[in-house]
Amino acid sequence: MSDYIIEAIKNGIVETLEMTFVSAILAYAIGMPAGIILYATSRGRLMENRAVNIILGFIVNVMRSLPFLILLVLLIPFTRLVTGSSIGTVASMVPLTVGTIPIVARMVEASLCEVQPGIIEAAVSMGASPLYVILHFIIPEATPSLLQGAAINTATVLGYSAMAGVIGGGGLGAIALQYGYYRYQKEVLWTTVTLLVIMVMLIQEAGIILAKKKRK
Amino acid sequence: MEKVYELENIYKTYKNEGKEFTALKDVSLSVNEGEIFGIIGMSGAGKSTLVRTLNRLEDVTKGSVKFYGQDLAALKPRELRNVRHSISMIFQSFNLLNQRTVIENVEQPLRIAKKPKKERRDTAREMLKVVGLEEKENVYPSRLSGGQRQRVAIARALASEPKVLLCDEATSALDPKITGEILDLLKAINKERKLTIIIITHEMSVVEKICDRVAIIDDGKLAEIGPVADVFSRPSSKAAKKLVFPSNPFDPSDPEGRLIRLVFDGLKASEPFIADLVEKTGKKVNILSANTRSVGGIGYGQMILELPKDKDDQETVISFFRERGLSVTEVEHE
Repeated sequence: MSDYIIEAIKNGIVETLEMTFVSAILAYAIGMPAGIILYATSRGRLMENRAVNIILGFIVNVMRSLPFLILLVLLIPFTRLVTGSSIGTVASMVPLTVGTIPIVARMVEASLCEVQPGIIEAAVSMGASPLYVILHFIIPEATPSLLQGAAINTATVLGYSAMAGVIGGGGLGAIALQYGYYRYQKEVLWTTVTLLVIMVMLIQEAGIILAKKKRK
Repeated sequence: MEKVYELENIYKTYKNEGKEFTALKDVSLSVNEGEIFGIIGMSGAGKSTLVRTLNRLEDVTKGSVKFYGQDLAALKPRELRNVRHSISMIFQSFNLLNQRTVIENVEQPLRIAKKPKKERRDTAREMLKVVGLEEKENVYPSRLSGGQRQRVAIARALASEPKVLLCDEATSALDPKITGEILDLLKAINKERKLTIIIITHEMSVVEKICDRVAIIDDGKLAEIGPVADVFSRPSSKAAKKLVFPSNPFDPSDPEGRLIRLVFDGLKASEPFIADLVEKTGKKVNILSANTRSVGGIGYGQMILELPKDKDDQETVISFFRERGLSVTEVEHE
């Protein structure tokens, strides 16, 4: 491999990590509250609210059922509006974030549902308000499961970031596509793919270790 | 005596997919300050629903639940949360936060009541001392045994200085020895702190050991209520008899034979009255079942006897026992 490709791969790693972590954090900033609302407003829960639950659930389901590649294209005007461009690393963070929000929301909802109903009942019997129960009982109890979910989601974002290469996003995905696929440089293709696999595994492993450490 | 709870004609109906299910039917009872009140029934009888109406985890469909004269149904959410600080609850599955240490768990009710940090810590330590777990304050609940977890739950329940403690099958997940220890602890807390305790259980032995009065719930209805010794020695309802008396005596020698049940308290247990019967009347009875138990520190015994075939002999035997002050009741064949 020539020096400039090695240089490009190094940059690609940094870009991929940037895209992945920034998008994942942004997706959690919006997706986690959405997941909490989905959980709390569902039937028999603390803040049962059919209207809110159905509307939010519908939006999340629609967003989630769109294939990510289609979402990438659909969001181009919005991306341009937000970042001023539709190509490059920063621009690809927009569809990555938007595409991950519904996945985060459902994952958070599922983690919260795992908390034993008895703990919630105990909290309510102590005179805690619904919000207090969610913040101080349900979320702490669900933390190990939430961390595990976060690792899975981050790995998913990493996978999506490779796809963003198709429409001019940066990162390892773009390099794999441009040098490896379009120019038939098999060794570039395999190098980048191997790097992506290693990164996914590291994220996954880190999540499991963190969750284990937290689970008392 | 002041009444902690007054329940008047409460009903609870659940509606689920068009089907109605009535869990509580016309239950009225009251609980006195300072007593240990037992609520016993088979599983599915409605006792868990009943205890949940006492802190309004469940709303009643009809009737009223008054806590120190205050109708719980009339409270606004914020007022209800304040009242709940005075009504603590412990559970069969302990329901501790697994991600928090023992002392953090005990502090929870005080955090909810917005007590300052120092006061929270001090009170929590004091409560852990009451339950004998002051050594374990920085341990996580998953490292504790079932009995220890329930002690933590009791410490947590006491931290808010409640007026009443509700125990929902609190010992059902524990073995008999640990159950005994937890019950002794509850009894001690009741005495020292003058804390009213309401115990939900399906085990007669729990009621016998520590309760002053007992209510028997059967199929959503109040079957019987009274001092434990009375209900034990003279159960009048079918549900009470089922709970109090052993369910599997020997089969009588004659399937049509007349059976009676004798109940005697500790004082009479020392008299050899079966031997006396044979000696004085010459009539013989067949013992199908016999056992003894301790109710509130007094020993009680009971026997199921098969009477002789002859009608006159039967009357002789029954009057012999009645004259000696034993409670005699007919037993129906299953």
